[in-house]
Amino acid sequence: MSKKSEIAAAQSERVDLTRALRDAGLAALLAFALFLPLIGFWARNVGEGLLLVTRWDALALVVLIVAAARLFYTLVAQPWLKRQRARRTEIAPPWRTALAKWFIPFAIGFVVVYPLIAIAGAGMRGSIKWVDNFGIQILIYVMLGFGLNIVVGLAGLLDLGYVAFYAVGAYSYALLAKTFGLTFWILLPLAGVLASFWGVLLGFPVLRLRGDYLAIVTLAFGEIIRIVIVNWVDLTNGYAGITSIPRPTFFGIPFNADDNGFAAVFGLEFTPLHRTLFLYYIILGLALLTAWVTVRLRRLPVGRAWEALREDEIACRSLGINTTNTKLTAFAMGAMFAGFAGSFFAARQGFISPESFTFIESATILSIVVLGGMGSQVGVAIAAIVMIGGTEIMRELDFLKEIFGADFDPTKYRMLLFGFCMVLIMVWRPRGLIATRRPSVFLKERKTISADLVKEGHG
Amino acid sequence: MTELRDTVLRVEHLTMRFGGLVAVDDLSFDVARGGITALIGPNGAGKTTVFNCITGFYNASEGRLALLHGDPALWNLLDALTAGGSRSLRQGNSALFLLERMPDYLVTQQARVARTFQNIRLFPGMTVLENLMVAQHNALMVASGFTVLGILGFPSYARAERAAIEKARSWLDRIGLTARADDPAGDLPYGAQRRLEVARAMCTDPVLLCLDEPAAGLNPRESAELNALLLDIRNDFGTSILLIEHDMSVVMEISDHIVVLDYGVKIADGTPQEVRNDPAVIAAYLGVQDEEVEKAQAEVGL
Amino acid sequence: MEVFLQQLINGITLGSIYGLIAIGYTMVFGIIGMVNFAHGDVFMVSAFIALIAFLILTSWLGIGSIMLALLIVLIVAMLFTSLVNWVIERVAYRPLRGSFRLAPLISAIGMSIFLSNFVQVAQGPRNKSVPPMVHGEFVLMTRNGYPVTLSVKQLVIWGVTAVLLVAFWYVVTRTSLGRAQRACEQDQKMAALLGVDVDRTISMTFVIAAALAAVAGTMYLMHYGVITFSDGFVPGVKAFTAAVLGGIGSLPGAVVGGILIGLIETMWSAYFSTDYKDVAAFSVLAITLIFLPQGLFGRPDVEKV
Repeated sequence: MSKKSEIAAAQSERVDLTRALRDAGLAALLAFALFLPLIGFWARNVGEGLLLVTRWDALALVVLIVAAARLFYTLVAQPWLKRQRARRTEIAPPWRTALAKWFIPFAIGFVVVYPLIAIAGAGMRGSIKWVDNFGIQILIYVMLGFGLNIVVGLAGLLDLGYVAFYAVGAYSYALLAKTFGLTFWILLPLAGVLASFWGVLLGFPVLRLRGDYLAIVTLAFGEIIRIVIVNWVDLTNGYAGITSIPRPTFFGIPFNADDNGFAAVFGLEFTPLHRTLFLYYIILGLALLTAWVTVRLRRLPVGRAWEALREDEIACRSLGINTTNTKLTAFAMGAMFAGFAGSFFAARQGFISPESFTFIESATILSIVVLGGMGSQVGVAIAAIVMIGGTEIMRELDFLKEIFGADFDPTKYRMLLFGFCMVLIMVWRPRGLIATRRPSVFLKERKTISADLVKEGHG
Repeated sequence: MTELRDTVLRVEHLTMRFGGLVAVDDLSFDVARGGITALIGPNGAGKTTVFNCITGFYNASEGRLALLHGDPALWNLLDALTAGGSRSLRQGNSALFLLERMPDYLVTQQARVARTFQNIRLFPGMTVLENLMVAQHNALMVASGFTVLGILGFPSYARAERAAIEKARSWLDRIGLTARADDPAGDLPYGAQRRLEVARAMCTDPVLLCLDEPAAGLNPRESAELNALLLDIRNDFGTSILLIEHDMSVVMEISDHIVVLDYGVKIADGTPQEVRNDPAVIAAYLGVQDEEVEKAQAEVGL
Repeated sequence: MEVFLQQLINGITLGSIYGLIAIGYTMVFGIIGMVNFAHGDVFMVSAFIALIAFLILTSWLGIGSIMLALLIVLIVAMLFTSLVNWVIERVAYRPLRGSFRLAPLISAIGMSIFLSNFVQVAQGPRNKSVPPMVHGEFVLMTRNGYPVTLSVKQLVIWGVTAVLLVAFWYVVTRTSLGRAQRACEQDQKMAALLGVDVDRTISMTFVIAAALAAVAGTMYLMHYGVITFSDGFVPGVKAFTAAVLGGIGSLPGAVVGGILIGLIETMWSAYFSTDYKDVAAFSVLAITLIFLPQGLFGRPDVEKV
C-alpha cells in the first residue's frame, strides 16, 4: 500500500469515528426518549394504590448501554458483517466441507455420551440438573422442532397453533394413564395417533387458506383448545392441572426407593438420576426417530410432494397431486410427533396444566424452525440448543448477583432476552442458520441449493 | 358421427362467465387424436380460460368437455354418461371422461391431461431431476405402498424409484439437460425452463398435452428446437397436443388443425391453409380491412 | 330488552377501542403485507405510558381539571407510543423488508415477547389500577327495575374515537401522505419510481397506527381502570379479528369489524358464558377466515393460474 492511500485510509477511519460517535449520541438521545416513561418512572404497587417513583440511575444505565451498543455496531460489527458478506461469494474452504461431513455422526455420538460427561463433570447429584434441564428439556424442543419442520419447513404451511397437538398428547397420556392405568409404552403411540387425528381435524377447514391467514387461524385453534382445557374443569381440572400422573417404568419396574424399585432390583444404590437417565434416552430415541423418519419421508413421493407444494401449489395440482391429502398428511405427521413429545412431557413432569401450552410455546417452536433454517434438521437442532439452552443458562447465572447485588434476579430477564434475540437473529440471518437445501435425489452429485431459490411456501 | 373416430377431446358449448364478463361463449371444437391442434387468437380472447376449464382449474359455467382413452366406439356412450351422474366410464382399457365434473388433480391423474403454464411454473428450489420425479408422484406413491412400505424400506420402492430416475434421464437426454440434472430448476436459462416444463408434463404419461404459449420469449433457434421436440412427442408417444401460441412460425409449421378465438367466440376452425386465408381471422388480427385503413389515412391527409 | 340495550352501549364502547387498534393492523398489513404481531403489545405499552403520565399529572403536578389531564395524557401517550413504534419499525422490520416473508413475522413475535416482558421487568408483574378518572352517568331508561345507563366515560370514549376517526379519515383520503400510502399499497417499486419516499411513508404508517393504538390504550385504561403487562395479547388478537372481519386492508372495515367484535363479546358474555368469551372471538376469527377471507369490505382474492 502506498503512503498516500494509507493516509487516506487513516483519514476515513477518523471520519468514521466521528460519525460513529455522532450515531451513538443520537442513539442515546433516542433511547432516553424511548425509555423515559417506563424506566425513568415506575408506578410502584404500594398496598392497593400506586406510588410514582423515579429511577434516573436505571435510565442512565440503559441509555449508556444503548450508546455503547451502537458504537460497537458501527465500529466493529458492521465492518465485520460487511467482510463476511463479501467473503460469502467465495468457495467454502476444505475444512468446512470436512466439518459438514463429520458433524452429524459426531453430534449424535456426543448426545449419546452427554449424560456420562455430565456425571463425570458434576457428580451423581449435580448431574441431574444438567441431564434434565439441559438434556431432556432441549431434546423435547428438538423433537417438537423436527415435527413442526415437516409442516412449516417442508410443506410450507405456517402453523402458529402447533402447541395444541403437544397439549393433546400430554392430556391424552395424563387422562388415559390415570383413568385406565395404561402404561407409557401403550399410550405413547396412542397419544401420537390422537394428536394426528386432531391435526387432520383442524387441518381440514384451513386447507384453502394461504399465507398469514393460515398462521392466524391455527393460532386461533390453538388458543381455543387451551381455553377449553382451562374451562372444562370436570375433565382437565382447569388451571390447577392434573397431578400425580404415572411415571414411566423400566419394563414394569418403577424408579423408586422401594424393594421392587429399579435400584433394588439391579442392586444399585437408589438415586433419582436413574429415572432421569432413562427419560433422557427415551427422548433421545424419540428425537432420533423423528429425524430418521423425516429423512426417509423426504426421499419418498409424499415428502417430495410436500416440498413441491411449498414451491408451487398450482403446479402440483397440474401434475395430478392431490394437494388436499398432501397437506393433511403434513399436518398429521407434524401433529403426531407433537403428540409423542406431549405424552413424554406429561410422563416426565408427572404434572401438567394449561400454563405449559400457551401461545408462547408455539412461537418458541416456530422460531426454532425458522431460526434453524426451514427444512434443515441440523439447523433446527442447533437453534433449539441456542434458544432453549440459552434461556436455561440464564437460570444458572447466579454469579451476576455478586456484581449487581442480591436483588438482581437474572431469571427475570430470561424471556426479555429471548424476545430480543429472536429479533436480532432474524435481522442478522432472515433465512435462518442453515439456509441451503439438500436435494432429495441426484443423478451425478448432490449439490446444495442456495436459499435464494427455495420458496418459503404460501402458508 | 364419423369424424369422431379420430377425436380425443370434444369441447361442446363451453361457456365461462366471471360475474358479468363472458370470457368464453358457446365454444365447440374437437382435438384430433395424435395430432397437434393450435388455439390462437388476439390477447384476451379467452384461450387460457379454455385451458383452465379443460384442466379443471376453473369450473365451466356451461358445456361439456369429453375425453377419450382407447376405443372410439365409446363415444356412442357419451350421452348416456352425461345423463348419469358419474365422472367417467370404463370399458376394458378404454375410458370416457367428463372433465368438467373432475377436480384439477384428477384431470391429470385419471384422465391424463397434462399442462404447462404461460408464466412457467417449475419448482425453482428443487433440482431439475426432482422436478421430473415430482411429476411421477402418483406412480411412485403406489410403488411406495402409500408411504408405509417406503418408510419400512421395502425393495419394491427402491426399484420403482430407479425406474423413475431412468425415465427422467431419458427425458433429460431428449431436452438436452442431462448435464444440469442436479442444478436447481430456478437456475436454468429461460428456454431450458420452458423445455423442462414440457418434459415434466410428459412425465405424467399424458394422453393429451396442453401447452400454454410454449414458445413465448424464445429466440428463433430455441423456437425451432421446441418445434422439433413437439413433433417428436407426437410421433414417438402418440400424445395429442393442444397448444396456445402467438408465434405464427410455430403454429403454421407444426399444427394440423387451428381453432381461432376472438372475444371468447370461435371465428374460424380448420387447417393452417384455410385459417390463413379466412377474412374473419385477418380482420381480427389486423383490426380492419385494408381499404378502410387507406380511407382513414386519406382523411387525415397521409 | 334492557339487558340488550345496556350490552349494546357496552359493546359499542368496547368495539371502538378494538376498532382503533384494528386500524393499525389493517394499515400495516395493507402497506407491507405483514401481520404486525407486536401491535397488541404496542397498545399495552401505550396504556402504561398513559398510566405514568396520569400519575405525574395528578399526584405530582396536582392538576385539578380531569378533562385537561385526560387531554394531556392522551397527547403524551400518542407521542411516546408513536416514537416506540417508529423505532420498532426501523430496528425490527425495515432490515427484513423484501426478504423472506416469514422473517418479519418471527421478528414481530419476538418484538411482542420483548415488549410484554420489558414492561413486566420495568413496571412489575402486578396489576396496576388507577382510581376512576371520569365520574357520572346518565340513566337512559328504567324498566322492571333494571336501569339502562350511559356513563360519562363511555361518552368520552365515543367522542374521542369519533373525532380521531374523522381526523384520521382526512389524513388518509385528503393529504399527500394518504395518497402515498395508497400508492405504496398497490406497488412499492412503482411508487418509488414516481418519487414517493417509500421508507418515510411506511414509517408514517407505523406512527399513525401507534397513535391510534395509544388512543385505544388511554381509553382502555380509563374504561377498566386497570392494566397489566400481559394485557396486549388478547385485545390484540381481538382487534386483529376485527380487522379480518371488516376485510383486511379496508379502513372503514376495521372500525365496523371492531364494533361487531365488541358487540359479539358483550352479548356472548351477557347471554352465554363469560368463561368462553375469548373462544367466541377466536371462533369468529377462524370462521371469518375460512368462509369469508375477504371480510365484509375487502376485495375478493382471485386465484391466478
